[in-house]
Amino acid sequence: MKGIYTWSAILAIVFASVVGDVLLARAMRQVGDVGALWRRAGLGVVIRQTLGNPNFLLGVTAMAVAFFSLLFALSWGDVSLVAPAAASLTFIGNAIAARIFLHEKVDRRRWIAASLVAAGVALLAG
Amino acid sequence: MNFRKYLVLAGVTVFAAAGDSMLSHGMKQVGSISVHHLQGVIFAVLNPWVAVGILLLLAFFATYMTALSWADLTYVLPATSLGYVILALVARFVLHEHVSPMRWLGIVLITGGVGFIAGGPSLTEHHPHSLAEARAAVPAAKAPLLAKDARNGAPTGVEL
Repeated sequence: MKGIYTWSAILAIVFASVVGDVLLARAMRQVGDVGALWRRAGLGVVIRQTLGNPNFLLGVTAMAVAFFSLLFALSWGDVSLVAPAAASLTFIGNAIAARIFLHEKVDRRRWIAASLVAAGVALLAG
Repeated sequence: MNFRKYLVLAGVTVFAAAGDSMLSHGMKQVGSISVHHLQGVIFAVLNPWVAVGILLLLAFFATYMTALSWADLTYVLPATSLGYVILALVARFVLHEHVSPMRWLGIVLITGGVGFIAGGPSLTEHHPHSLAEARAAVPAAKAPLLAKDARNGAPTGVEL
């Protein structure tokens, strides 16, 4: 039973962090090049536009959900399983979600890179 | 991509790695926090390592958001994973800890993956239409004119 709890929590972490990353990326795409905006309108405008963006707020909320799911997962399972499983599955999930929802061109180069990094993170964090 | 943008990506990597390790060092000094005494978290923030760790993670978040404003998510994310590599190298060469062969393999895989990404474009160009669609859409009204011009021998080009 504990295994099911742990894996459900891991899937919750992966889902929430992928949703969070996609929303944050979309928010920053809407804000536009931060460096250029800063030079044009000042830091205050950059901060106001970012914090006032609904996607940004939803993204941060999703990240908070991911963080609390991590706490639950860690209370049920070992760090050596939870950390690498969540981190590497999030990489793969993000590559898929970025292609579908952000319309990023995830070509073969990026697929290979995402798989290599996911495998590497699983080895390092394990 | 220019030097300033690579600097921001380096910031993403370094701030994440440094922030995480300071937090974990500080939390080990604080000790485990019980679910029934959540106010322990407030005291944890008073630990200087934890406080500096939180500041570094805020810096990470700022640089991460900046990078996402001009680069694809699938371009920026691998950069964050380079932090794991830095941590392992610090563990080996600064703290003189043992790094197992599996971990070295992990380092090689991550570095290879990031190298792959860095060789490609940083941002997907989003055109409202592909060039073919644009070509197909334009002539609807102008095509007869163009055809006539062509017959008259006047070379006419459409700016796409």
